[in-house]
Amino acid sequence: MAWFKRQDKGIQTPTTEKKETPDGLWYKSPSGSIIHMRELKHNCYVCPDDDYHVKIGSKEYFEILFDENKFTELDKDMESADPLKFVDTKKYPDRIVASQKKTGLKDAVRTAYGKMNGLNIVIGSMDFDFIGGSMGSVVGEKIARAIDFAREKKYPFLMISKSGGARMMEAGISLMQLAKISGKLNLLEQAKVPFISLLTDPTTGGVTASFAMLGDFNIAEPGALIGFAGPRVIRETIGKDLPKGFQSAEFVKEHGFLDFIVDRRQMKAKLTSLLKMLEQ
Amino acid sequence: MLLEFEIPIAELEKKLADMKQLAQDSDVDVSEAAKKLESKILKLKKETFTNLTRWQRVQLSRHPDRPYTLDYIYEFSNEFIELHGDRAVKDDRAMVGGFGDIDGQTVMFIGQQKGRNTKQRQERNFGMANPDGYRKALRLMKMAEKFNKPIITMIDTPGAFPGIEAEERGQGEAIARNLKEMFMLKVPVICVIIGEGASGGALGIAVGDRVLMMENAWYSVISPENCSTILWRTWDYKEQAAEALKLTATDMLEQKLIDGIIKEPLGGAHTNLKESAEEMKKELKRHLKDLLKQSPEKRISDRIEKFASMGVYK
Repeated sequence: MAWFKRQDKGIQTPTTEKKETPDGLWYKSPSGSIIHMRELKHNCYVCPDDDYHVKIGSKEYFEILFDENKFTELDKDMESADPLKFVDTKKYPDRIVASQKKTGLKDAVRTAYGKMNGLNIVIGSMDFDFIGGSMGSVVGEKIARAIDFAREKKYPFLMISKSGGARMMEAGISLMQLAKISGKLNLLEQAKVPFISLLTDPTTGGVTASFAMLGDFNIAEPGALIGFAGPRVIRETIGKDLPKGFQSAEFVKEHGFLDFIVDRRQMKAKLTSLLKMLEQ
Repeated sequence: MLLEFEIPIAELEKKLADMKQLAQDSDVDVSEAAKKLESKILKLKKETFTNLTRWQRVQLSRHPDRPYTLDYIYEFSNEFIELHGDRAVKDDRAMVGGFGDIDGQTVMFIGQQKGRNTKQRQERNFGMANPDGYRKALRLMKMAEKFNKPIITMIDTPGAFPGIEAEERGQGEAIARNLKEMFMLKVPVICVIIGEGASGGALGIAVGDRVLMMENAWYSVISPENCSTILWRTWDYKEQAAEALKLTATDMLEQKLIDGIIKEPLGGAHTNLKESAEEMKKELKRHLKDLLKQSPEKRISDRIEKFASMGVYK
């Protein structure tokens, strides 16, 4: 019965010694197109074949937007406390630590200032990998302080949202972050400092019901899911399937809530043009 | 309708009523026994209602007999002139508003409205407003500002409505706009959570100089049921979720997220509307008096500062 026992040299390597292609070298988009990671990175994390915008975080957005990836981070070390001693299936501090380990981030937003094509700019960017990009005290406070910083320096403020909403483990406190940031935006407005809100995939819940919808310019990436209630909740409430394209960036623009949709590869240039027009 | 923890009290109350009836019918003196029973009832009531669990308070906040926004408005006002519509799409019946008064002082009342029976509940969409409701609320707030009248909002909602049309018309934008605009209103704004205060749908009319909660109301980022569904993947942990969310008036005051608690009659607001309204009116007048002494600029900067200071981090 030797026909199924391979005798050729080199193909009897024990599994433990097998040479696999390292993980993360290739990326496969939802439509199935495959691209090398290095090429993907050079293409602003957009698949060239199908224009799929890969979900990325603050690290990548900073890299794409800040000149030579140079920036100064604000409130870099701020971390979540556990004001409510919140326990569900896990303790909240354990969730935080696990997320920090997994992502190498302190919380779900990073804020920084630097230059974009030579223009000063403050950018806040949310990380969905950190507890679903949920907004608790740290997210609220860091964004509020970034707004204050932008106002004092008169630097335009770009907020890149990517969030499932408020963070349940901080309950009422996280809800109040919506109000807090909205309040601060009034001061930014009085100082006539531009505020651009970029909504990326996905932006839902409390974030949509506050700063994400309050930009002088509300813009989005193609195909991003944007909504107040999540699609599952709506489906369960109305007991019907949702129409195709419902809550996509294109849908939200069609209904009048976005100024424009921008391909990530053109984003830096377009934002620069926009800000320059405001300056001239 | 009775909640589980109301049943033992109701049973004793029935006994007392029977006893009194019997005494009347048969001309027997039961005053001694009745007195005893009355004090027993009071004791049980006190025991029950001072030791309510958080979930029990949530149940009270949703009691079918609980006073709703319009009940309070009519109780306060000599005359209430309801104003309708957002001037863009429609009149959202889940959000009501108009000019009324508190002891002769004209105020703009705004609040979510629930229904008492099936028909009304449908009409009021269970107190879940659409974007049109939030925009109507904002229109009325701006009108109050124009005519220099204080604004009283009453919050009682299981959430902003999650529907297809709500999304099409920008539920998120409508709430966000209110949050931002409410900070800049030049007139005093007092917000009272009278029943359920669920998430953004509640906050959408709850940015004020004073945010007060009725003793048996709840206010949080999510309802205990939905919190349980998300974190435990089943509704069964709603009691634990209510505990974890620390959503009662006392909890919220401890966390410095609200400015005061309005006492309810023993047994809850639904046992005595007049007394509840009287207590609320007393508090509203006290806060209004303070606020009216301040300049609009001071109120606005204090309002922004108050919310800016909320948050715990390290």
